[in-house]
Amino acid sequence: MATQTQAQFTQSLKKYYSVYTGGFIAFVIILAIAEQMGLPNRWIGYTFLIATIGLYAMIGIMSRTADVAEYYVAGRRVPAFFNGMATGADWMSAASFIGMAGGLYIQGYDGLAFIMGWTGGYVLVALFLAPYLRKFGQFTIPDFLGERYGGHTARMVGVFAAILCSFTYVVAQIYGVGIITSRFTGLEFGVGVFVGLGGILVCSFLGGMRAVTWTQVAQYIILIVAYMIPVVWLSVKATNFPVPQLAYGYALQKVTEREKQITADPKEIEVRNILKEKATAAEAKLKDPAAAYAADKAAAEKKVVDLKVAKAPAEQVVAAEKTLAAFPKDVEEAKKAWAKEKGLAARANPPRPHAQAFPGKDEKAQNTSRLNFLALTFCLMVGTAALPHILMRYYTTPSVKEARQSVGWSLFFIFLLYFTAPALAVLVKYDVYHHLVGSSFAELPRWVASWGAVDAALVSVKDLNADGIVQLAEIVLGQDIIVLATPEIAGLPYVISGLVAAGGLAAALSTADGLLLTIANALSHDVYYKMLDPHASTKRRLTIAKVLLLLVAAAAATVASQKPADILFLVSAAFSFAAAAFFPALVLGIFWRRASSWGAVLGMAAGLGITFYYMATTQPWLRSVFGVTGSIADHTWFGISPISAGVFGVPLGFAVIIVVSLLTPAPAQKVQELIEHVRYPHLKGDIDTRAT
Amino acid sequence: MQLTERHREYWARNVRLTIILLAIWFVVTYVVGFYARELNDITVFGFPLGFYMGAQGSLIIYVVIIFYYATRMNRMDKDYDVAEEE
Repeated sequence: MATQTQAQFTQSLKKYYSVYTGGFIAFVIILAIAEQMGLPNRWIGYTFLIATIGLYAMIGIMSRTADVAEYYVAGRRVPAFFNGMATGADWMSAASFIGMAGGLYIQGYDGLAFIMGWTGGYVLVALFLAPYLRKFGQFTIPDFLGERYGGHTARMVGVFAAILCSFTYVVAQIYGVGIITSRFTGLEFGVGVFVGLGGILVCSFLGGMRAVTWTQVAQYIILIVAYMIPVVWLSVKATNFPVPQLAYGYALQKVTEREKQITADPKEIEVRNILKEKATAAEAKLKDPAAAYAADKAAAEKKVVDLKVAKAPAEQVVAAEKTLAAFPKDVEEAKKAWAKEKGLAARANPPRPHAQAFPGKDEKAQNTSRLNFLALTFCLMVGTAALPHILMRYYTTPSVKEARQSVGWSLFFIFLLYFTAPALAVLVKYDVYHHLVGSSFAELPRWVASWGAVDAALVSVKDLNADGIVQLAEIVLGQDIIVLATPEIAGLPYVISGLVAAGGLAAALSTADGLLLTIANALSHDVYYKMLDPHASTKRRLTIAKVLLLLVAAAAATVASQKPADILFLVSAAFSFAAAAFFPALVLGIFWRRASSWGAVLGMAAGLGITFYYMATTQPWLRSVFGVTGSIADHTWFGISPISAGVFGVPLGFAVIIVVSLLTPAPAQKVQELIEHVRYPHLKGDIDTRAT
Repeated sequence: MQLTERHREYWARNVRLTIILLAIWFVVTYVVGFYARELNDITVFGFPLGFYMGAQGSLIIYVVIIFYYATRMNRMDKDYDVAEEE
C-alpha cells in the first residue's frame, strides 16, 4: 500500500468498508432467517460473539506492523472521515451505548448534562487542540508537555495523569464486556471478562494504533446500525413515523399527559403510600436497631407458634416459617435491610415530569440543582477535550487541514447516537406508561419476565397493593434495561437483541483498545524510550510496547473481575481529573508564549490536587477509604457534587500556571520556535518536530 | 525564523474567530442551560424549547461550529500562504 497516493488509499478504504457494511447486513439477515427456521437464542448470541470478535481479530492480524510510526499513530494517513468514525467508536463506551438512554429515562432533563457535555467538548478540541497537536506531530500527549515545557518533570506529571484517567476508565470497559458477554451467552462473568480481554488484545497487540484504527471503524459501523434499528422500529410503532429524532416530540407530549394522570390516580397514590409507610417504619427501626431487631424477631417467632396452635392451614404455617428462616442473622444485617427499605421513600414520589428542568422542593434546592447541572456539563466538556486517548487520535490524520475536518466528522458520528438516545428514552417511557402500567399481573409483557429472570436489578415488578394491576410505583427499572429490552418492546425478533449486544460489545471493546494503547504507550514511549533508554532500537521499542500492553491489559482485567463497587463514580471522576490536569497546560502551552515549565508543572499538580481533595472529602466511598471525618456538608462548596470537582480544578490550574509563569523566567528561544511552529500549518524554513 | 506582519495577522484573525465561536458555544450551552426552565414554556416541533436545546438543538450548533471553523481556517491557510503542501 506504500506506493498508493493518499487519494487512492481513501478510495480503496471506501470500497472496503462499503463491502464490509453490506456483508454485515447480509450476515444479520441470514441469522434472522436461521432464527425463523428454529435456531435457538443462545446460539444466536454465540454466533454474534464469535463472528464479531473473529472479524476484529482478522483486521488486527491484517494490520500487523513492525514500523514505529505505524504502531503509534497508524502511519499518519487516516483520512478525516475515517478518523471521525474511529474517534466515534473510541469515544462511545459501554456506558454511552447501554447506559445513557437509561440515564435519560430515569433523570429526564437532568440527564441531558451528559448529552451536551460529551458532545460540546469537541468544540474545545476543534478550536484549541486538534490542529495544533497535529502540527506538533509526535506520538503521545505527554510528548507535547515534555517538549513544550522542557524536561522530564512535565512529561512525568502528564504520564501520571494519563494513566490515572485511562486506567479507571479501561477497567469499566472490561467490566462492561464481562456483563454483556455473560448476559447474552450465559457464560460466567469472570469468563466473560477474559473473553473480552482476548477480543481487545487481538485488535491492538500486533498492530498497535494502526490495527486499532481500522477495527474501530468497523466497530463504529456495527454499533451505529445496532443502535438505530430498534429505535426506528419503536418510533414506527409509537408514532407511525420512522425518524425517531423528529417524531418523539409527539410521544413526549403524550408522556407528559400520562404523568399527570398517574400522579392523580388513586391506585397509584395507594401504592405510593404503602412505600412511604415501609420507608418510615424502617427509618424508625434504624433509630434503635437492637430493640427493633429483638421485637421483630419475637413477633416472627410468635406468629409461627400462634398459627400452629390455631391449627391454621399448612401453607400459612410454611409461609410464616419461611419468613422466620429468612430473618436477618444479626442486628448488622437487619440494619442493611432497613437502610434499603428506607430508600423506598425515593419511589414514593409521583413521577417527575420528563422535560422539567432542575426540580427541587424550594427555590434554593432548584438553584443548587441548576448549578450542579451546569458544573457537570462543564467538567464533562473540558474532560472530553483533555482525555489523552481522544486527543491522540488527531495525531493520525495526514495533515492539519484534515485534523480540523476530522473533529467535525468525529462529532457528527457521535452526534448520530447522542441525539437518538433522548428519543429512545422518551419512546420507551411512552411504551411503559401506556402498555406496562395498567396491564394485569397475569399477563405481563414478555420482556419483563425474561429480563427479570436474567437479573432482578434490571427489571422487577411487585404487586404491592394486591389489586392484580401494575401501577407505575410498583415497577423498578435498572438503567441498562432501556437499551437491552428495546428490541423486544418494539416486537423485533431475537436476532436484533443479539445485534444490540454485538453493538454494546463493539462500543466497549473499541474504547478499551484506545485506552489500553494510551496507557501502554505512555509507559513504553514516554517513560522507557524518552526517559530511560533514548538509544533503544526500533525492534526493542516495539517489543517493550507490546509486553507493557499485555501487562496493563491483564492488570485491568484482574481489577475488573473483582467487580469493584464504585466503578461508575470512578469513570465520571476520570473526566474531572483529565480536565484539571491537562486542559489548562495544553491550551496555555499553545496560546500563551509566556507559560513556563514551573507554571505548567505546578498548575497541573494544583488542579489535580484540589480536584482530588474535593472528591476525597465529599464522596462517601472515598471518604471511607481515606478516613475523612466531619460532615459532608462542612466540606461542600456551593453545593457542588463530588463528580463535578473539576469545576474547581480547571480554574485553579489556569490561575496557578499564569501566576507562576509570570514569576519565573520566560521560556527559552527553542520553545518560542516550537510555539510558532504549531501555530502555523506551514512555515517556510521552519523547524521539524515530527517524531520518527 | 522571523514571523512577518502577514503571519501575525493570520494568528490574530485565528484567535478572533476562535473567540467568536467559543462565545456561541458558551451561549448555546450555559446561557440556554441556565434559562432552561423559562425556555420550557415555549414549544417548538412539539418539544419544550429548553429540553429540545439540550437534547438536539445545541448539539446541531456544535457540529456546525466545528465544520465552519475547519472550512474558514483551511481557506485562510491558503490566503495567508501558510497551507501545507499537498
